[in-house]
Parts: sequence; structure tokens; C-alpha cells
Amino acid sequence: MSAAEGSSLEPRVSFWNDPNTRSYAVQAIMVLALVALGYELYANASVNLARLGKTFGYDFWYKSAGFDILQSLIPYTSSSSYGTAIIVGFLNTILVAVLGIFLATVIGFLVGIMRLSKNWLIAKIATVYVELIRNIPLFLQILIWYGAVLKPLPGPKQALNVGGFYLSNRGLNMPSPVFDSGAWLGLVGLIAGIVGAIILRRWARARQMATGQPFPYIWGGFGLVIFLPIIGLLVAGWPVSWDTPKLGAFNFSGGATIIPEFIALLFALSVYTASFIAEIVRAGIQAVSHGQTEAASALGLRAGLTTRLVTVPQAMRIIIPPLANQYLNLTKNSSLAVAIAYPDLVAMGGTVLNQTGKAIEVVLIWMVVYLSLSLLTSSFMNWFNSRMKLVER
Amino acid sequence: MKRKIIGLALAASASIFAATAAAAGTLDDVKTKGFVQCGVNPALAGFGAPDAQNNWTGMDIDFCRAVAAAIFNDPTKVKFTPLTAKDRFTALQSNEIDILSRNSTWTMTRDTSLGLKFAGIMYYDGQGFMVKKSLNVDSALKLSGAAVCTQTGTTTELNLADYFKSNNLEYKVVAFEKNEEVLAAYQDGRCDVFTTDQSGLYASRLTFGTPDEHIVLPEIISKEPLGPVVRQGDDAWFNVVKWTYYALVNAEELGVTSKNVEEMKASTNPEILRLLGVKNADGTAAGFGTGIGLSEEWVVQIVKGVGNYGEIFERNVGESTPLKISRGKNALWNAGGLQYAPPIR
Repeated sequence: MSAAEGSSLEPRVSFWNDPNTRSYAVQAIMVLALVALGYELYANASVNLARLGKTFGYDFWYKSAGFDILQSLIPYTSSSSYGTAIIVGFLNTILVAVLGIFLATVIGFLVGIMRLSKNWLIAKIATVYVELIRNIPLFLQILIWYGAVLKPLPGPKQALNVGGFYLSNRGLNMPSPVFDSGAWLGLVGLIAGIVGAIILRRWARARQMATGQPFPYIWGGFGLVIFLPIIGLLVAGWPVSWDTPKLGAFNFSGGATIIPEFIALLFALSVYTASFIAEIVRAGIQAVSHGQTEAASALGLRAGLTTRLVTVPQAMRIIIPPLANQYLNLTKNSSLAVAIAYPDLVAMGGTVLNQTGKAIEVVLIWMVVYLSLSLLTSSFMNWFNSRMKLVER
Repeated sequence: MKRKIIGLALAASASIFAATAAAAGTLDDVKTKGFVQCGVNPALAGFGAPDAQNNWTGMDIDFCRAVAAAIFNDPTKVKFTPLTAKDRFTALQSNEIDILSRNSTWTMTRDTSLGLKFAGIMYYDGQGFMVKKSLNVDSALKLSGAAVCTQTGTTTELNLADYFKSNNLEYKVVAFEKNEEVLAAYQDGRCDVFTTDQSGLYASRLTFGTPDEHIVLPEIISKEPLGPVVRQGDDAWFNVVKWTYYALVNAEELGVTSKNVEEMKASTNPEILRLLGVKNADGTAAGFGTGIGLSEEWVVQIVKGVGNYGEIFERNVGESTPLKISRGKNALWNAGGLQYAPPIR
């Protein structure tokens, strides 16, 4: 039957009842309504700005900020620009989000597996952790952690000293390495170590595929990454000195400092998010059919290998998509930092907004940054998910 | 038909979003709704804080009440919105409040690029530092290396950076959003120093468990003229707020108090008669109150409601209060201070 015949056989419908016409019309209306909405928002904002005698623009970005910031990953002084201040805040957000995601994943997997333990006590501890932590608002937990970090710790003069590390209510002060000339050999060693570890893994896989002999490439890789830089530095004559913290009139100077605000925020975010990740991990593992483990033991795999090679890879396919949500949540929740003086993107943006009065501009920056961070995280997780997916033939 | 639907959609969205753009004068809005919406400090003793009975008290509070008294002849027709330093100007710009009376410093940026108008200087202040006595520090110049707690989004934050930089001192700033958080962190030992306007230091010290263990250093590092703020672009409302402040100062200068205001109406001093809106012998009115959209007796209403400037000062922060702040720069111009109001005539 040709297409022409088909259409001639169809009953004639009126133009207005044609499904195609209708769907186009609905879509056109939606687009127009969106454009109208956007225009209305724009016009409304312009009218209100004009009424206040204000203008829209990012010229403030290059003006001198005039305030100092507690923690900065890039060089920043009070004469740096507002733009630099916002970038400092952005990097602080990234720092706490990346470390938080790492820590939350580790704790979450641990607690999730603990919940499935046959040991009654371990399973119950994990249950209590999950039920307690995920049911208390994160904001409160941040304040509790901040109090827990600040209140019991002594002042800097009575700081707890453990091998050159000083813990006080001003944070953790520790020695930081200072690299002199020749330290590039250490960097070369590090790169060689990473490349070596990747090659080792490929070789080990190929050998196992060919001969069935496993090789402990994880330990081997760790060894390469750790020892090659050390060897490189030794060859260069160990050009590393340590900058140790020294107690001044009020505080420690020198060395590196981890501020208490960062510690409190990192712990609060990772402990909270870990309670959700634990449930995702538990659900993922439980969803793997029992037949799979039985088949694995029938093949003679030991319990540890069964978990690593059979259960977890299949559970990962269920775990990864909801895990991405938790990572997004953690990143966005880091904006609660403002309550405890951690200078993140929202805190810095808020200060800039207040000093310049550029509300719409700063809010736009916030929206664009968090949106891009979320899209970036989710596209990475989608890529990871497609790699872990069952390859069907 | 498609046209008609689009037209409807456009009309609907236009009507939803256009409403915010149109605005009558603030004075008319305030008269219509029956109260003044005033942005204040949530917790600063002497300036803006709820007392034990949950009544708002303080100089900034009394200024709002004075405006309400001028408009409604009733100082209680005010609603207070507690605001953080960070949110205060946004709240004013977005019409959430009619006046911001929250110990805010008059600066050029705020007068220009923030689109605000300061109506006067209720309190001449300056930024100071507080430390624990046990640190044995007697000058701010000895603070190198200290951790300093302050509130974000304030001029304090900026003066602090300038002062330490110009004196070549090292420091770490720990900036919180709310004043309570600053105080808690200072008391927990997160910082060695707490900095804000000096009046704020004295007021905050009262809330500490052991106020005697903290001292305020002698240095004053900035000018902090604090006053009520309104939006730009509404001169009528600006006039009402500005002249309410001037009326308070003029009343003190002319000796008109909440106790003697009725007797003062019989005064022979023409300045007092003009201030109080007393009709001339031939029955003609002076027209100052009506000139700014209020009643002729607007100053009588203000002074009866909250007293004159001196009374407000003494009641909230003066020698008889726990704050024990002397008039100093806030005395009248003819008593060695800076409080000065243009004449009502």
C-alpha cells in the first residue's frame, strides 16, 4: 500500500481537528507565552531599576572590593576587584563540594554495606546513623558541627600539639612543604607514577584475560604514584623544607591552616549526604538477584571476590543515577555556608551585592554558576552511567 | 482563534507582572494601609531590639514611631521588619519596607549607586574594637596577627581592611551574616577581636554573661553617621522622614518636651509657635504640616508620642540606661555637639 493510497483512505478531518495543526498551535502558544514572560520580567526590572536611578551592568566586576576574605585559594587582598572576590567564593564552593562528594561517597558506601551486615550490632549502628542523620535538617547540623568544632577546643595558646600539628579553635595549623629549585623532578616522578599505574592496570587486565592470573595492580599502582615522586625528590637532593606554624601574640602564623568553618561545613555536608547515599547503596545491592551470588559461588569465587566482581558492578547500575542527585544536592547545600562565615560563592556574592547594590547582576551570577555546576556534575554522572551500563549484544 | 488565544495569554501575563511596576507615592500608600513598615535591627540594645515584654525599643525604633505619630497621631501604628545587615537595602529597594531605620551608615555609594536617600543623622558614631581583658591589649595598633569577627555587608568590614592595611598589621577577618552569630563566635573564642560601631560594642557587651571581662579599645577608626534611609524617587516621602528628624532636633533646641508641649502652645516665641503649628491671632495657619501632606499639629503629635531628640536619646542609650552613653557628638550644636536642624519657617 503506497502512502498516497493511505491518505486517500483516511477520513477527511477539518483543519481545526487535525492533530498536527493542534500540536503546532499549542507549541506556538507556549513559545509566545514564554517570550512574553521573559519580556515582562525584563521590562519590569528595567522600570524598577529606572525608578531607583540604578543601571544594569557588570562594570563593578573590575572595581576594588575593599574587604578581606578568610580563606582564599588564589592571591587576594582588599585591593583586589569584586570579580576576584566572587571567584574566590566560587573556588571555595568547589573545594568544599569536591571534598564533600568524595567523603560522602566513602562514608555512604561504608554505612550502606554495614546496614546489610549479618552482624546485628553493625547493622543496627548503620540503621541508627541513617535514620538519625537524614531526619535532622542540614542547617541545624551545620550549626551543631560548628559548635562542636569551636566550643570544646582550646584557644591558640593552649593548642593541642600532635607532631607539629596544632589544633585549636582557630582551626588546624600544620606544616606546609616549601619546594625549592630542583623539585620539578618530584613532579616528573608523580606524572611518571600516574602514567605507570595506568599502564600497569592495562597490562594486568590483559594478562588476566589471557591467562586467568590476577595481578594486584591496585597496590602496585599506589606504590608507583607514591614512591616515584619520592625517588625523584631524592635524586634532586631533597629540595623540600617545611614551613612550620609559629605562635604569635594572638594566632599561629606560617604553615597551612584549615579553618574551623571549613571543617564544620565539610563534615556536616558529607555526614548528611552520606546517610542518603547509604540507602541508595543498600537498595542497589539488595536489587541484585540472589541467583547471581549463588552462581558466583557455584563457579568457585570467594565471598570477597563475589562482592567485588559480581554484586557491586551490577549494583552500580542501580546506584549511579540516584547518586548523581545526591552529588547535586551536596553542591547546592554548600550554600548554607553563609551561616558559619565560610566564604563560599553565596556569602561572597552577598557581600558584593551589599557593597555595590547590584542585586540582579549578582543573583544572575549565582544562578548561572549553580546551574552550570549542576549540569556539569550530571553530564559527568551520565557519562559514567553509560560506561557502567550493561553492554547488550 | 489562534490570535485570540495568544492575545489572552499576553494579556494575562502582562496583568500578572505589570502590577509591581506601578506605584503611588509612599506617603499615600502608608496612609491607605494605616501603618508605617519600618526595617530595624533585630537585636541591638538601645537602637533596635525587642524587650522582655516583646515590645520593640531603641532610638531607631522611636524614630519610626515618630514618623507614625506625625502621620497618624499614633506612635503605635508601626510594623517592624527585623533585617540583617546584608538584606536591609534590598528590602528597602524592593518596597518591602517604607523606612530603613537600622543604624545604617551614610556613605556616598549608598546615596548614589544603591539608589537610596539618607534623611538625616540620628546618631554620630565611629567604629571601635573590643577585646578580652585577659589579652592585655590597650591599643588597636597592637592587634597584629589577631582574628577579627565582624558582620558581613557593612561599612565595618571595609574600614577594618583599610585600618589594618594602612597600619601594616596582619589580621584574619571572620565575617558572619548575623550579629548574634558574630557575638557567639567571639565569645566561643573564634576571634580575638570584635569590631563594629562603638555604640554597638557597648550594647553588645551588655548581653555577655561577664561584661567586665571585655574592654573597648580607645581607637575610633572611622566616621559612622547613622540615620534613617528611604528610596530615591519619592521626594514627598523623603521630606516627611527628613523633617520628622529635624522636628525632633528643633523641639529639643526650643525646649519643647513631651511633658510641656501643651503649655508651649501658649508660648510667645514665634519659632515655637511655628514648630507646633499654632494658628496666628487672625486664625490663619502657618501651613508647615499641611505643606508636607500632614496635619498642622504634626510636631505636637511627634513630641507627645515619643518626645524630642534629647528625650529619645536619654530614654534609650543615655546616662540613666545600662548603656550609659554621654551625648558627646550627639549633643545639640549649641551645646558642643553636631546635632543641628534647619529652621522650620
